[in-house]
Amino acid sequence: MKLMWFHLMPYTELPENFRQEHPSVWVDIHSSLFDPKRAHLMYNDFMDELEYAADCGFDAICVNEHHSNGYGLMPSPNLIASALARRTTQVPICVLGNSLALYNPPTRVAEEFAMLDVISGGRLIAGFPVGTPMDTVFAYGQNPSTLREKYLEAHDLVIKAWTEKETFAFNGRFNQQRYVNIWPRPVQQPHPPIWIPGGGSIETWQWCAQMDYVYCYLSYYGYKAGKATMDGFWAEMARLGKDRNPYRAGFAQVIAVAESRQQAMDLYTEPAEYFFNRCLHIDPRFAAPAGYSTEATQRAGLESMVKKAANAQSLIMGDKMNRGMTMQDFVDRGYIVIGSPDEVLEQINALADDLHVGHLMTLMHFGNMDKALTQYNTRMFAEHVMPRLKDRFADYEDRWWPQPMQPAESATPAAFAPKLAAE
Amino acid sequence: MQGPEVTTLDFEGFPIRVWSKGSGPPLGFLAGFGGLPRWVPFLDRLAERRHVVVPSLPGFPGGDRAHTVLDTHLDWVLAVRRILQAAGLQGADLAGSSVGGSLAAEVAAIWPDSLRRLALIAPFGLYDEADPPADPWAQRPDSLAALMCADPETWKALRAPPEGANGVEWPIEQTRAIEASARIFFPLGNTRLEKRLPLIKAPTLLLWGEADRAIPPAYAARMAAKLGGPHEMVTIPGAGHLAEFDQPDMVARHVLDWMG
Repeated sequence: MKLMWFHLMPYTELPENFRQEHPSVWVDIHSSLFDPKRAHLMYNDFMDELEYAADCGFDAICVNEHHSNGYGLMPSPNLIASALARRTTQVPICVLGNSLALYNPPTRVAEEFAMLDVISGGRLIAGFPVGTPMDTVFAYGQNPSTLREKYLEAHDLVIKAWTEKETFAFNGRFNQQRYVNIWPRPVQQPHPPIWIPGGGSIETWQWCAQMDYVYCYLSYYGYKAGKATMDGFWAEMARLGKDRNPYRAGFAQVIAVAESRQQAMDLYTEPAEYFFNRCLHIDPRFAAPAGYSTEATQRAGLESMVKKAANAQSLIMGDKMNRGMTMQDFVDRGYIVIGSPDEVLEQINALADDLHVGHLMTLMHFGNMDKALTQYNTRMFAEHVMPRLKDRFADYEDRWWPQPMQPAESATPAAFAPKLAAE
Repeated sequence: MQGPEVTTLDFEGFPIRVWSKGSGPPLGFLAGFGGLPRWVPFLDRLAERRHVVVPSLPGFPGGDRAHTVLDTHLDWVLAVRRILQAAGLQGADLAGSSVGGSLAAEVAAIWPDSLRRLALIAPFGLYDEADPPADPWAQRPDSLAALMCADPETWKALRAPPEGANGVEWPIEQTRAIEASARIFFPLGNTRLEKRLPLIKAPTLLLWGEADRAIPPAYAARMAAKLGGPHEMVTIPGAGHLAEFDQPDMVARHVLDWMG
């Protein structure tokens, strides 16, 4: 099992009354809540934490893209990844990812990801999300009716830009370019591994199977609520005749470790409540624009709703809208894996059994955790849990992992030694 | 209320529903935001004096998934022109509401000989930064009704599944209509129609619901000021954005009187 360390980079100082006084953490969150000088410290702490996770031996460090979002301060994850590439040497860097339809022209993604792959010496995992409605349709004004077609076309353009040796013309429905010829070209050939973060869309599963990409389900609601989606994914893989290699899939999970369960509850209750009640406070008017979900997905969802009075997700959504929840709710529902190292290990083994995912994206910073607590959580996991998970899924080959350059071929960035102005 | 005659025309391989009812000179109608999930009293009123012909817009109820082949504004305008012709409305009077009103105005501007007289009910297409329209694509499920009709129950009843409707496909069709409107008008509803309004030579009646919460009624005057032909403005009391549903008798009477 690969254990990856994922940072969302939330703004950590949303006010106490955020949920009551502000309609949404996303799209129209008010600029007066953002203090650039505080954010300066946050960004630098967050990058320290990612580098710390790499030092602790996590298999990869992960960043992602959000726009106009109080819980995700990375409109450009590529900027963060670029800085990480210089301050780490071995660890794969997973950018999960660039929302292809938002880049004009999409060859920008082919270029920047190639730059990251070259600077990092072939350590890049290239993520291509469609992007949430909040990011794409509302913050970026993309048409919900053409978003997916634009995304798929942009994907084809990026792949061709990475693999075609000659300058070519691209005559797409949404993109026309006479001269496509990106410089630089990626280290990893034919291109970096491609991972697709998505919701529970049938077309996305089918497409991942067809293209042989990793499907990542980045729910924040934990492995119990995620089981229905991952069951659907594996059922579709079986229907399409694909093997059950767990490395076809990734899953995100909030994790909190301490010496004991009680200590963990004491340490992590405030940040967990901050995360679930403030960071995930999203105005439903931005959540489901017509056209964003395909009709096949609507059909599947509606039919299952007809069959079952309520599914797990709608229960969660109902709770989320009606009231803030407590730590006990998060623990009971499996939103958060918490406890002593033994207890956390037991829950992650249950997760691995239930979901059959080989790539676990741990969320070990959540809500308003400070650097000390984040690093404590990270170290506790790395020292006391991670070693006992390394053998999970050892029988399977991970064909979707980066193939970096050999250390002997790699550059050695100059050691970082800040000079004081007085010197 | 007796239903209309239903025929189907073909657009790029998609079946397009055409309703017709009544006798007399033909009068076309293009539906507004959300389309026409069912025959409505407003169309019956029009059919009392005219041969009413109602072709569905691409992606709207009765318009299948024809919106999926329309990528640009030009695609949309050409599609509507072809559908009007195929429905036998060349040279006829034409009315349109909201989304359909905007497309009717485009056809009148670009092909001035293709229709006789025009009635527009709160058309999309303009955007005033100082007085912006509401965002109909970013609404909570329970708030769209009040944006579209003065009486939200009118909109809800219009879209409630009839007895025997497919419980899965019906709501998908309603969602598709909203997607189709987004496909041409997202994100601001602004197609810069004001550039083409001066090309409209047909006598034009501009109707606006007094309680339109989607597009401010002040847009009527902005539009009228640009129209190239004779025109009149009428405000409909007790009506919202889709005035033909809130006040079917009054709106139909104004349209019929205007068409003569």
